[in-house]
Amino acid sequence: MIMTFETVLFYFLAAASIASAVMVITRRSPVMSVLFLIVNFFSLAGLYLTLHAQFIAVIQIIVYAGAIMVLFLFVIMLLNLGDEQRLAERISYKKMIAVGLSFAVLMEVLYVVAYSGTEFPTKNLERAVEIGTVEYIGRELFTTFLFPFEITSILLLAAIIGAVVMAKKKID
Amino acid sequence: MNLIEPLVKVVLILAVMLTLVILLVYSERRISAFIQNRIGPNRVGPKGILQAVADVVKLLMKEDIVPKNANKPIHDLAPMISIGVAMSTFAVIPIGGTMVLLGQSVRLMLADVNIGILYILALTSMGVYGITLAGWSSNSKYSLLGGLRSSAQLISYELSMGLSIVGVLLIAGTLQLDGIVQAQSAYIGGWLPAWNVFLQPVAFVTFVVSAFAETNRLPFDLPEAEPELVGGYHTEYSGLKFGLFMLSEYVNLVVASAIIVTLFLGGYSVPFAEYMNLSAQTVSLIQVLTFCVKTAGVILFFVVIRWTLPRFRYDQLMDLGWKVMLPIALANLVVTGFILAAFS
Repeated sequence: MIMTFETVLFYFLAAASIASAVMVITRRSPVMSVLFLIVNFFSLAGLYLTLHAQFIAVIQIIVYAGAIMVLFLFVIMLLNLGDEQRLAERISYKKMIAVGLSFAVLMEVLYVVAYSGTEFPTKNLERAVEIGTVEYIGRELFTTFLFPFEITSILLLAAIIGAVVMAKKKID
Repeated sequence: MNLIEPLVKVVLILAVMLTLVILLVYSERRISAFIQNRIGPNRVGPKGILQAVADVVKLLMKEDIVPKNANKPIHDLAPMISIGVAMSTFAVIPIGGTMVLLGQSVRLMLADVNIGILYILALTSMGVYGITLAGWSSNSKYSLLGGLRSSAQLISYELSMGLSIVGVLLIAGTLQLDGIVQAQSAYIGGWLPAWNVFLQPVAFVTFVVSAFAETNRLPFDLPEAEPELVGGYHTEYSGLKFGLFMLSEYVNLVVASAIIVTLFLGGYSVPFAEYMNLSAQTVSLIQVLTFCVKTAGVILFFVVIRWTLPRFRYDQLMDLGWKVMLPIALANLVVTGFILAAFS
């Protein structure tokens, strides 16, 4: 099989995202975890780019890597969570349940991919180029998906008001 | 794939930008000296023009000191993030139209991406990591405070910056920077160039103020406020790594000015050039020159402001960002939307 440039890129980005995801949960220092999560977001954005979804890729970086992770970093620095002794957890029933559940999900995914014979939608590049543009996403958001869009914005508004109320309480 | 053209462009842009930065450092020192009634650097080279070169050599020769309890890998990584982000923003800025060179027509920009503006926003939001990580990894309270201040400041002003860009996008109807420049080459009423500074004056003001905050320039240089924080996030840096932070600060200034020119001051477009019967080659040369002159003008404005206004207090900075700039930018967006809807 001749590997095209795109295939090589895909395997590289996929490997990078998996490796960085593993690093996120194995690092002791929370700051390092945050940094590897950012690397993970970047490799995901790269994967979106290989699918011609420019807008989603950039939004992924602006919103997740640029805004949310900065807040994570901010909180970690403010709380100074550098001390790994305090963070260390002994093996508890919570961990056991988590391990069991993730193993079950892994098995499920492997089954779907390898044995069940599910047909996966093949990548349709001509259509993908059209779908990935800002114009298309904007039009869809304000026509087909208008209701979910409005609901989400009300939800966010409620969250903002909630944050303001909680912040006000402390001062009084 | 033709790799030579982009490579040549990258090298050219980097070279031009670094030269600009050297000139900028020199002119900033001379202008500040003029404003403060001093003489300024005048010994190295004629009129002291080689002072910046001497400074660079000095920084190169200095020992690189890392604090004992610092996080070494991140301490090294932080200046790289800063400089990398600052330099790569320039890739999408058009410095001219199309030019015929060696029988080939060459676009005078590195990458003409559909989402140029979003690319710039994404990179600006990355810039905060360099400063924040520098502050945290140094393991010093002054650095940490500088880093925290900077992340709060950058997040706050990013919002009004983004919102003031949206007004421009509504008028231009595209996210492509080249398209925005071309939308500005028309005329209002037949004589006034349709620059966004005339169409969107409010957005222009909010954008410029946010640009000051995003580039950490006075009056918003809280992350490195010397009297309170020694040197802020780069207190514990020395030698070349400190030099990289300085460099990225000035590169950011150049890039911010170029973005202001592109979005609001007509970019490389020359008003009334089409009436003068010039050859295409001359026009494209004049365009590049115009872009440089406009950018230099904005940079000078930044420099003069720096030596004119005192620094804000931290709560004043936050008040200005959240209670003044953000509502104004939002109101401007709503008004622009209504006007465009009414006239279309």
